Amino acid sequence: MLRRFALTREAALLAALVALCLLIATRFSGFIAPANLGRVFNDSALLIILTLGQMIVIVTRCIDLSVAANLALCGMVAALLNVAFPGLPVIMIITAVVLLGSLLGAFNGILVWKVGIPPIVVTLGTLTIYRGIIFLISDGAWVNSHEMSAPFKALPRAVFLGLPVLSWCAILCVAGFALMIARTPLGRSFFAVGGNPHAAVYTGINVGRTQFMAFTIAGALAGLTGYLWVSRYAVAYVDIAGGFELDVIAACVIGGISIAGGIGSVFGAVLGALFLGVIKNALPVVDISPFWQMAISGAAIIVAVILNSRSNRPKGRLILRTAGPKT
Amino acid sequence: MSDATQTGRSLPDRLTTRAQRIFRSWEALLIVVAIAIFIANAIASPYFLNAWNLSDATFNFTEKAMIAFAMALLIIAGEIDLSVAAIIALASTAMGYAAQFGVDTPGLVLIGLGTGVLCGAFNGALVTKLALPSIVVTIGTMSLFRGISFIVLGDGAYRGYPESFAWFGQGYIWWVFTVEMLIFALLAVVFGVLLHRTNFGRAVYAIGNNPTAALFSGIRVPRVKFILFVLTGLMSGLAAVCLTSRLGSTRPSIGVGLELEVVTMVVLGGINILGGSGTIPGVVIAAFVMGLVTFGLGLLNVPGIVMSIFIGALLIGVIALPRLFVMVRGR
Repeated sequence: MLRRFALTREAALLAALVALCLLIATRFSGFIAPANLGRVFNDSALLIILTLGQMIVIVTRCIDLSVAANLALCGMVAALLNVAFPGLPVIMIITAVVLLGSLLGAFNGILVWKVGIPPIVVTLGTLTIYRGIIFLISDGAWVNSHEMSAPFKALPRAVFLGLPVLSWCAILCVAGFALMIARTPLGRSFFAVGGNPHAAVYTGINVGRTQFMAFTIAGALAGLTGYLWVSRYAVAYVDIAGGFELDVIAACVIGGISIAGGIGSVFGAVLGALFLGVIKNALPVVDISPFWQMAISGAAIIVAVILNSRSNRPKGRLILRTAGPKT
Repeated sequence: MSDATQTGRSLPDRLTTRAQRIFRSWEALLIVVAIAIFIANAIASPYFLNAWNLSDATFNFTEKAMIAFAMALLIIAGEIDLSVAAIIALASTAMGYAAQFGVDTPGLVLIGLGTGVLCGAFNGALVTKLALPSIVVTIGTMSLFRGISFIVLGDGAYRGYPESFAWFGQGYIWWVFTVEMLIFALLAVVFGVLLHRTNFGRAVYAIGNNPTAALFSGIRVPRVKFILFVLTGLMSGLAAVCLTSRLGSTRPSIGVGLELEVVTMVVLGGINILGGSGTIPGVVIAAFVMGLVTFGLGLLNVPGIVMSIFIGALLIGVIALPRLFVMVRGR
């Protein structure tokens, strides 16, 4: 029953996404050419990876506002490592930033788990702290394209089986998440904790530890995205991905992940990220000023949250009236 | 914190006296922090103890504090508004647009406040009429409101405000006391009375502690929440008037990230982010603490972005330290 229910919601989102693409195609038919759709997917890859991480955090009734700052810090560290040791293999840099990202995420998690500070407060604080640290380690300077080594910049662009490595990263993350959520105890416990924390405790799940794991995984993905972002755009500075955390949360909301926890799917998260990606890529194509993008994604969030709340409404008869949802 | 760990709540053996409560209160801790920062600043920089410098320093927090007062009530009632900075952008854009047609100062102020009220009512209607979670709604309207500013202005800017409009952000009442300080002080009293001395204020606490119980005790929960959103919008409009008047121009990026500083100020002021508790005096002291930190570090030539580390650490530190203390002592 629940599964069928979820399927219809994602099906509706998929239909909306296809309709959007067709609408754009009436103005510019080249948009739905496979090569262009591939480019749109590649453009959305970074958002997809971050959205997956944010999804499990939101599912466990938390929120991570520090993902973009985490990304930027890891990206800057990757760039500085590359400048300091040009000979260092890229895989070493990636390992380092993924570790750093998971540490930063774990720091959020430990404050939520052991100290019991609400997640929104913790990540609001670490958001500004991580951004500040970027300034400290870089002295506010930019790391530009010519300072980075060729292999460092080439990796996300390298084509493998017809798709850039950047796209493959997103596909691998999606596949890994789908497996983790459907097939591992940890994946199931995210939903158990979000759906009903009290019940989760009585089934032997450590609620705090599960939330800690969600933050750590989200941090590791932010670290990976940090490297991908910096190498793809071939520049690192303090403000990269500024405000991107809101895009990530927007993608989650559009993808049908309930901010109250316990509800969400990998497919929905990917569709939500793609929805924003399509809008971002389509605006210049159909001759709408890119300045419209922010208002359109804002409107999309509001419409999505209204539709989601309609479909999440319990079907039975209301016995006891309550005063609105707990956020 | 998860709900599951809060279930076992114990009652104390002995109730505390009034004096004990005051000394152990959050506000007392904040005052100590504020005084410590003040002394540290005075020692660190010879330019700190100067009436004019201190007066300039108040601009660091007065506009944010105006919003923080209303936000405090909203958070106590268990909601949040992340769109306040975007409301500033939209209100400022509306004022700039009107100023192009020669609307004079009173008209501009009305337009600024009116835009704020409309935006707040929009948030409030979505949250109360459609029963949506406020954090998501206001993340959406945050993009929407600022997005409209971007559509109107693009990469341009509005200038050419009338001369008299500068009074709000640049005017002085007497000696070093600015107009914004007067507004800040008045609002502190108004909100303090509203929250701590009226039925409305009691209703706000009741809703934050248990919205369902509040509903059954006869409080019109949706209406109170709606009013709080409108109030937050109004204060954002007022902050937009002051900020626009001080800067003398409007860009769509005006006040970016300000919502996080406002929430930081509120939480630092001892308002429980989960709702139900907190005081206005706490927010007032938190405003001074944040202003002093920013100003003192500024005098020491610390860049703004590094200051944000201190603000972030302060936010986590003041909440974590008492909890850690209890955890250590409890062993």
